[in-house]
Amino acid sequence: MIHCVLHEEKDSVAVVVVEGIEAGQNMTALILDDNRTITIKANAAIPIGHKVAVKTMALGDTVMKYGTDIGKVVAAIAIGDHAHVHNIKTKRW
Amino acid sequence: MTHIDKNTTFWGYRRENGRVGVRNHVIILPLDDLSNAAAEAVAHAVKGTMAIPHPYGRLQFGADLELHFRTLIGAGSNPNVAAVVVIGIEDSWTKTVVDGIAATGKPVVGFGIEGHGDHETIMRASKAAKNMVHHATSLHRVECPISDLWISTKCGESDTTSGCGANPTVGNAFDKLYSLGTTLVFGETSELTGGEHLVAARCRTEKVRTDFMKMFNDYQDMIKRHATTDLSDSQPTKGNIAGGLTTIEEKALGNIQKIGKQCMVDGVLDKAETPTGPGLWFMDSSSAAAEMVTLCAASGFAVHFFPTGQGNVIGNAIVPVIKICANPRTVRLMSEHIDVDCSGLLQQEQTMDVAGDLLLDMMMQTINGRFTSAEALGHREFVMTRLFESA
Repeated sequence: MIHCVLHEEKDSVAVVVVEGIEAGQNMTALILDDNRTITIKANAAIPIGHKVAVKTMALGDTVMKYGTDIGKVVAAIAIGDHAHVHNIKTKRW
Repeated sequence: MTHIDKNTTFWGYRRENGRVGVRNHVIILPLDDLSNAAAEAVAHAVKGTMAIPHPYGRLQFGADLELHFRTLIGAGSNPNVAAVVVIGIEDSWTKTVVDGIAATGKPVVGFGIEGHGDHETIMRASKAAKNMVHHATSLHRVECPISDLWISTKCGESDTTSGCGANPTVGNAFDKLYSLGTTLVFGETSELTGGEHLVAARCRTEKVRTDFMKMFNDYQDMIKRHATTDLSDSQPTKGNIAGGLTTIEEKALGNIQKIGKQCMVDGVLDKAETPTGPGLWFMDSSSAAAEMVTLCAASGFAVHFFPTGQGNVIGNAIVPVIKICANPRTVRLMSEHIDVDCSGLLQQEQTMDVAGDLLLDMMMQTINGRFTSAEALGHREFVMTRLFESA
């Protein structure tokens, strides 16, 4: 079963595509661009549609998705963390 | 499943001006807010008609008034409409709308309420509407080449599954439709923020690129003029954030998946402006769902692709809205709203090519007459875009 998907290998976050992901669960992540999977352990419960970090990121780092800049890190993020509005913010507006 | 190529045909209504519709509405179109009651009374009295109430049309001026007229005239001129009865509070602006629609050659007549009152207006308009219904119901669908079809797209209540499932499904279908000589449109100017460079790179000519970037930058300036904080309370929306979208850039990059990988942006349109030829057009427009779909209807588009993640329930009064969803939770909880389930994409149970073909198959059924979920559920949203305050 695919638990989460990345658009490109250089993306720093993956999208959870199943319901009920719990803390400590090992997830199979599909990289859509090259049809390859990697494994990530969730540090928290992550709802369907929400993102999990697949890279460690420091304050001010750029978050990549679709191989493109989607914003900046505003609180440090570890691999497996829930990545959302509490730790990522837009660079626009 | 239907295979679509250059020889594909569908059964549509060919109108007096040559355009092809996929529905055969007789609409009772109010010029202004005051005329809604009479329009709705006529639609109640005469079966087979539909009133399209809206809250505007008084004391508008300048570009905002021009857009009001363009939207009403465009809606009446849409090839999904067989005939129109316009009702306005006074004769002059009513005539402006009637004359605009009459340019297409389709039957249209207008009634002013002042000096007559609602009762007399409803009686006169009902007699005209009944004749329109006899006219419309005597028309037959005829076989038309697929290149006669105009298709619009806009997504709503997006989440992250939109960007990896439902929107690329539309993109796959758009790539296939583009090569068949159809007319396509996308828009949502503010929702390209963070991916505007990707759209600019897809523009066919330097002129199109310059026009697109001017529209994009003007919209950014408008947002900056009015914004009190950043737009994180409205773009992404609360629904987007609940669905896992974090920033406008992330939302925009998902949004842009709808224009596929191959089609080029052949031109730009102002709001409710009609394209002058086939290809993919960008329309400068709001990202609010009902506003954008209404502008597409006013531009003359006949069918709409609407991908959703969290479950937007939108329809439109004039244009059938086909809803596509890749979020398995939404498909389960809101199945009555979803026309194309592409959630299998996220489990590798479906390829993108198959998902795109499923959408095209649903499109063929829809344009040949099958009701969309939104039509069956009575969703007739018609929301006019305003540019500034009334005088």
